[in-house]
Amino acid sequence: MNLKKLTIVTGHYGSGKTNISVNLALEAARQGRKCTVIDLDIVNPYFRTADFEELFSQNGITLKTPQYANSNLDIPALGISVKGILDESDCVIIDVGGDDEGAKALGRYKAVISECEDREMLYVINKCRYLTKEPDEALELMREIETASGLSCTGIVNNTNLGNETDENIVLGSLDYAKQVAEAAGLPLRMTAGRKEFLENVTENPFPVEIFVKTLWN
Amino acid sequence: MAEKSLMKGNEALAEAAIRAGCKCFFGYPITPQTEISAYLSKRMPKVGGTFLQAESEVAAINMVYGCAGSGIRCMTSSSSPGISLKAEGISYIAGADLPCVIIDVVRGGPGLGGIQPSQADYWQITKGLAHGDFHVLVYAPASVQEMADMVAKAFDMADEYRMPAMILADGLLGQMMEPVEFPDVEIKMSDASNKPWAANGHKGERKHNIINSLYLQPQELEDKVVERFKRYEDLKANHTMAVADYCDDADIVVVAYGSTARLAKSAVDAARKEGLKVGMFRPVTLWPFPEKELREATKNAKKVLTVEMSMGQMIDDVKLAINCSKPVEFYGRTGGIIPAPADILNKIKEMGGNK
Repeated sequence: MNLKKLTIVTGHYGSGKTNISVNLALEAARQGRKCTVIDLDIVNPYFRTADFEELFSQNGITLKTPQYANSNLDIPALGISVKGILDESDCVIIDVGGDDEGAKALGRYKAVISECEDREMLYVINKCRYLTKEPDEALELMREIETASGLSCTGIVNNTNLGNETDENIVLGSLDYAKQVAEAAGLPLRMTAGRKEFLENVTENPFPVEIFVKTLWN
Repeated sequence: MAEKSLMKGNEALAEAAIRAGCKCFFGYPITPQTEISAYLSKRMPKVGGTFLQAESEVAAINMVYGCAGSGIRCMTSSSSPGISLKAEGISYIAGADLPCVIIDVVRGGPGLGGIQPSQADYWQITKGLAHGDFHVLVYAPASVQEMADMVAKAFDMADEYRMPAMILADGLLGQMMEPVEFPDVEIKMSDASNKPWAANGHKGERKHNIINSLYLQPQELEDKVVERFKRYEDLKANHTMAVADYCDDADIVVVAYGSTARLAKSAVDAARKEGLKVGMFRPVTLWPFPEKELREATKNAKKVLTVEMSMGQMIDDVKLAINCSKPVEFYGRTGGIIPAPADILNKIKEMGGNK
């Protein structure tokens, strides 16, 4: 997979942005690139890339998080220097918070991001997510994210899943939906992500991922 | 059955409220339940309902008081410190015999505490919610699906018994995503048409209704409270809910509710795999507490273990339910720390779980 210098991962709450970000970072690490993941999620208090510190350090991936991530403080402080990180790394992945609320934080870095021409901004979709089950709903949310961030999406990631009840039919049943969203948005369908065993019959840009979700119980 | 969706617990609560015929939501944001407000702010206008972000929790609960008085299904939600602020209004709503649904997605306390999950509001919600002789119905879901299912139940019971009903969740349930489906629910009493007490305009056709919690004569107030407590007795006798697994031959019965019950169930499953005779009991209604169900589930047990995400609050109800007839031990974490199944299993073994 060809990864740009900067990949920005946006989408609906629960579309699976964080899992996509983690897998993209691992892909970059496999390609021997010096990768930094920026957790820019300041709207979601739990379940975020900051949970993957150990996995990242084992794979030589640098993780930058907001100062108060996973603490008991509810302060949306952004002390991260994206410019500094772009200068130091050859592959940067930004995991953005959900919806337009989460994308507002991205707007803070619009000027720096605009200077980096070798970039893509992915919009992650999940047909199983309530309120984005129809292509026009998914498209409307993408426009809201673009407005909030002041940046334009460049590609669609189909990450359709139903949590631990995902199966091959759910993934295959989402392909038309993903195509419709991409066509309506006028953007390429960059990948369809899922567990390897669910992607055997996906011909267009399959991206096998591992699922890194903290399971607290069986 | 409808198609399954992936939803956050907070979103499921909000969508379930709309499907249960909730027409008005009054809220004020606080982590970890803000998604309820955020979701309803987008959805309510699309279904002809009203979403209103009040200037404070106190204002929001008093808007619920007014709205409930008109017979409209209404709801508010908050997290621990916000529920404390709502306490006065909840007492007035209970004192005026009005139905409504209130959601508490509990975080660590006391004070501002923290934003991570907790169950330390148990005492407050089941015992000391506010001043006066009253109770509220308390439902404790343990999954996103149950969150979706219990909202309609809470509205129906609140209407039937004319009292506030609460959903006691915690930050973990509110924030996590699980597959969920919304069965078609039959909405009972979603408008004021079969609420003859509602103050919704008498149009010169009937005597006017008064919504009030002030009684000038002590005897009048005592009669009112006693009548209310008769309804509570009916609830205790007929509307407790609990789930018991492998309790029949269990030497140790683990008691836990909400997300902690999921963690405890993992530990109990692991114990059973090792051949230990351990059972699991999950109260679903916290008030009324499922006393008779717990007595039945523990009748062959030698010991009981209560697991909570607090310093131990439900444990008192467990001891009362079984009349302290056997030892009740406790394991818990607090401050936003989630008890690990492995630690619960260790505690079970420490208590002498036998093969």
